[in-house]
Amino acid sequence: MTEFLQQLINGLAFGSILALIALGYTMVYGILRFINFAHGDVFMLGAFAGFYLAPKIAAVLPTPSIASGLAVMVLAMAICAVIGVTIERLAYRPLRRSPKLTVLITAIGVSLFLEYAGQLVFGAAPKSFPALIPVYHLPNFGGLSVNSNQIIVLVVTLLLLAALRFIVMKTKIGMAMRALSFNPEAAALMGVNTDAVISFTFALGSALAAAGGILFAVNYPAIDPLMGILPGLKAFVAAVLGGIGNLPGAVLGGLIIGTTETFVSGYISSTYRDAIAFAILILILLVKPSGLLGKKEIEKV
Amino acid sequence: MIFKHAKLLLLAAIALSALASLFSGRINSYWLIISYEIGINIILAVSLNLINGYTGQFSLGHAGFMAVGGYTAAVITNHFTGGNPFLSYVIFLGALLAGGLLAAVTGLLVGLPTLRLRGDYLAIVTLGFGEIIRVILQNMDERHGLQLGGARGLSVAHGWTNFFWAFGFAAVTIYVVTALVHSTYGRGFIAVRDDEVAAEAMGVNTTKYKVAAFVIGAFFAGIGGGLYAHAIQFLTPNGFGFMASISFVVMVILGGMGNTPGVIVAAILLTLLPEGLRLAAGIEHLPGINQDHPLSWVGNARMVIYSLLLVVLMLTRPQGLFTFRKSIYAK
Repeated sequence: MTEFLQQLINGLAFGSILALIALGYTMVYGILRFINFAHGDVFMLGAFAGFYLAPKIAAVLPTPSIASGLAVMVLAMAICAVIGVTIERLAYRPLRRSPKLTVLITAIGVSLFLEYAGQLVFGAAPKSFPALIPVYHLPNFGGLSVNSNQIIVLVVTLLLLAALRFIVMKTKIGMAMRALSFNPEAAALMGVNTDAVISFTFALGSALAAAGGILFAVNYPAIDPLMGILPGLKAFVAAVLGGIGNLPGAVLGGLIIGTTETFVSGYISSTYRDAIAFAILILILLVKPSGLLGKKEIEKV
Repeated sequence: MIFKHAKLLLLAAIALSALASLFSGRINSYWLIISYEIGINIILAVSLNLINGYTGQFSLGHAGFMAVGGYTAAVITNHFTGGNPFLSYVIFLGALLAGGLLAAVTGLLVGLPTLRLRGDYLAIVTLGFGEIIRVILQNMDERHGLQLGGARGLSVAHGWTNFFWAFGFAAVTIYVVTALVHSTYGRGFIAVRDDEVAAEAMGVNTTKYKVAAFVIGAFFAGIGGGLYAHAIQFLTPNGFGFMASISFVVMVILGGMGNTPGVIVAAILLTLLPEGLRLAAGIEHLPGINQDHPLSWVGNARMVIYSLLLVVLMLTRPQGLFTFRKSIYAK
């Protein structure tokens, strides 16, 4: 039982990071109907932004402390929001009217570019991420080993989700996002500035991915330019599992993938953990392609 | 049309590659391997072009099929010692075909359940299948007396690949794919690509064509994998990962999807590209996949060029670098 709870906590911490990445996939898919393959690499850039910001913040604020951790995270989110908007502006916007395959190939190209240009710029060897926030080990609670980082991951994720929900459901731009995902042409006719809303969506998704990158690096403090590939793919699977285009679905999917993966590597075999997400993906696409919370779409000719 | 003498051309190409293999002793062994890689990459790119180009599906797992073929052929030939050259040719041919067939069966397994998927979903699922094959190979060290090497890699005893095998099979692949697509039966592939719904309405069995493309493409990828195994003589699961699949996709896109001559040119150019970079940097030999090596940037520079090529091509020439006239089949 103790081991089960321990795995559950580890899984939820990992799953909530996946959920943060999955939200970016699902928002972009909901509006533009394409998979932004480069999203996992924005997550990587978030971690690297944190890596290079940390010494500068440490010069101003006492480190490690909650304040310095927060400052690094907010700045990294801002940087990645700008990167996300730039990627959309340069690579995806000129292809708005192109076939889906063209956009997909472009997205793969952008993803590879960020990974390998990252290896040239940052170096291929893993870097150790500095301690941003003090780590406390909670008193041994019935044999469970829980540290403050895991709690922080869960709390920060919940706060970001609440903020996202507020933006999407209660603000004007959120309403425009929902209108666009419902019917882009009708939204444009009603006076929604579609390009601005799409840019905003990319900014929002990239900021969440950056937050995920910082949280990931705080928990697993070795970062390298290819670190975004697998979490990115798993987060995409999470988005499909929850029903792509559906925000609560992305969170649910992330938590399910995260916990399943932790349980499989804990109880069955850790060497197969990277194949689990793909097996789940193939299964879900065969049984219920619209995902757990998604709606079935009918193709019109 | 070149197709009038297609069978003759095929025989001539095979005879030429047999002739070339007689003179291979005079070529520096380093360049010999690179020449074989050119032939192997032509096989992989042309067979992927059947799936991605002519049939309009998007597979990101071609290296997975290559891995199945390579490991199968290597395990078979590792059971034999060399000796009689005629016998070794027969064994090699059998091993290559066995690898191709097992890869084709894998292609069937991938193709059947994923038929309902289109475009980006199919891309992700084929990527996932490729990764699953890689993870399984990594975990298979020794099963039922079969030595697969696991994550350490598998040594291949015989370096049997030569000009005859590499370019002979490249010629066969080009012939089969071209003849297939231009046959009455093969129009179905192009119909599926141009408009799946319309093709289905016209009575084309789209499912059958998609599976056929996957099975035939996987078969040749498997053959290519067997040739690769017996050229490099060392296989690792990571060598058949996502990046390998991507490099074949880049060849197809650069050459122009559904343009076989263009894809062949792209396969040759992209095989020589890292060598060009290496010569430009004044390095004697390319470092392996070791990322800690001080020269690993050459490999990274190659990938940066690949990725920029993809983005710039899609923005400016989505039909590929070597497609000059619009296909009569294009919408």
